[in-house]
Amino acid sequence: MMRDLFKKTKYVQMPIKQKQVDIIPEGVWIKCPNCGEILFKDDFDKNNGVCSFCKAHHRIGAYDRLSQVLDEGTFVEMDKELSTLNVLNFPNYEEKISKAQEKSNLEEAVVTGIGQVGGLSTVIAVMDSRFMMGSMGYVVGEKITRAIETATKKKLPILIFTASGGARMQEGIMSLMQMAKTSAALAKHHQQGLLYVTVLTDPTTGGVTASFAMLGDIIISEPGALIGFAGPRVIQQTIGQKLPEGFQRAEFLLEHGFIDRIIKRKHMKEELHKILLLHSKEAFYE
Amino acid sequence: MNNNDKIEKLHNKLEELYELTKEQSIDFSFEISELEKKLTTLKENYYSHLTPWDKVSLVRMSTRPVAKTYIDHILDDFIELHGDRLHKDDKAVIGGIGFLDKIPVTVIGQQKGATTKENIERNFGMLHPEGYRKALRLMKQAEKFHRPIICFVDTPGAFCGIGAEERGQGEAIARNLMEMSMLKVPIISVVIGEGGSGGALAIAAGDRVWMLEHSVYSILTPEGFASILWKDSSKAKEAAEVMKMTAKDLLDLGAIEKVIPEPLGGANAQPVEMADTIKALLIEEIKELLNLDVDVLLENRFNRFRQMGSSMYSS
Ligand SMILES: [Zn+2]
Repeated sequence: MMRDLFKKTKYVQMPIKQKQVDIIPEGVWIKCPNCGEILFKDDFDKNNGVCSFCKAHHRIGAYDRLSQVLDEGTFVEMDKELSTLNVLNFPNYEEKISKAQEKSNLEEAVVTGIGQVGGLSTVIAVMDSRFMMGSMGYVVGEKITRAIETATKKKLPILIFTASGGARMQEGIMSLMQMAKTSAALAKHHQQGLLYVTVLTDPTTGGVTASFAMLGDIIISEPGALIGFAGPRVIQQTIGQKLPEGFQRAEFLLEHGFIDRIIKRKHMKEELHKILLLHSKEAFYE
Repeated sequence: MNNNDKIEKLHNKLEELYELTKEQSIDFSFEISELEKKLTTLKENYYSHLTPWDKVSLVRMSTRPVAKTYIDHILDDFIELHGDRLHKDDKAVIGGIGFLDKIPVTVIGQQKGATTKENIERNFGMLHPEGYRKALRLMKQAEKFHRPIICFVDTPGAFCGIGAEERGQGEAIARNLMEMSMLKVPIISVVIGEGGSGGALAIAAGDRVWMLEHSVYSILTPEGFASILWKDSSKAKEAAEVMKMTAKDLLDLGAIEKVIPEPLGGANAQPVEMADTIKALLIEEIKELLNLDVDVLLENRFNRFRQMGSSMYSS
């Protein structure tokens, strides 16, 4: 029966799938938001959140990402307890934060720490779009800045996986200032001749694109990720015309020269290991 | 009757008296002087109680002096320089060199137009990536020749469009932020009207950021903010009230170093007086920054952003 379900002939399958979904326990099956196919949750997880039909790279949580990229048991988290205070008294902001914390099981929209990729040590920061769309307020900016500063101090490379709708509106001008802060911290890391690799994942827009996301020595993206400064809806409203096919997708950015490579999730660890190795001391001396 | 109408009415009354004095040679000097006093008091009261939205409206008026107004008044022998050497010359930003009281400086100004025609030519002060790259080119040139940099910020935001995305708007802004943190010359930015989003920050990541009293500086325009947060851009006025975007708000937050008082009626009414005030402050500050050791200058610049908002978390 499962084999029938995974057949690609959509028009025949549709009604049957609907029926199946109704009788199976919740959480065992999920529907791919991209192609609409029904997927077995275990398979989907084993496939690292990539749809086995359309190959869409879906958004995944920060800890899932870390386990996909780092060697098992090597991750040491930093600043885990850092959480946001609504000192500017923006209406209903605390409630939003609490809800996001409950939903994501995270204190804030980024997880930072040190770990190893194929035995090579690196600082790593992973953003999580489930937490208020991965928006960057003071705490996100501060955690990323501290991660960069740790890398500079320990003379380590840093990997940042971006996933963000941009600056956090509720923190106003202070969110904007995080762009300058993170970029200045990266300048110091850069001046030490250390490696910075960004991996852009869906979505990466706004203030994150206009700061650390675009400053990697090497910029990688996952296939199909939305990457831009302004969101497509805003652009469409501004110019009042239809946006071209594939606009602001990873492939579009590759074509226009703003990213180095598009790498599938299943090859990400291997690719990052190669890049780290090429920049490691071992590469010089062996 | 609101304050604005009262001011208008008094203005008209005064005009009448001026006319009568001229035409009929009647001496109204007492009445005139009393009315002028009253008008000044009213104006003082009005301009010291502007709401954030009043300020947004004031700085968007066509009477508001633009970057070029200040450049012309403040610098001697200004020479405009064009282009980013990569794609084109973005007219939404003016750049060049000149003397500030005998000190050679580089100046960069986001330029709105005074008329609709000029505004279209200047793209309403909204820069494309080539505008940020032009600014960066001129900043690097300033560093080579040890010139301090003055930036006039006046933009609703970086331009949103297909070309801007194709040419890497995000990358251009990001590059400026990173490079500006390393530039070995003093950088002072003055927000003269509207400072909108990363598009403003991209020329305001220096040693000092000042705002004219009635100028605004925010994460996004109030329209954009209302549209994103409340899905309704017509709630811009309400947005302005909660955004903490006035010069005083930013000073209180520690995001800027100085609020420059505007003359009565705002810079709109007395641009020359406004320019003189800015000029005097710039001369004084630039001389002080030029005295600093480069390492100290850069460390202070780094700490300026590093320490901002440090009460905004718990751990
Ligand atoms: Zn799919």
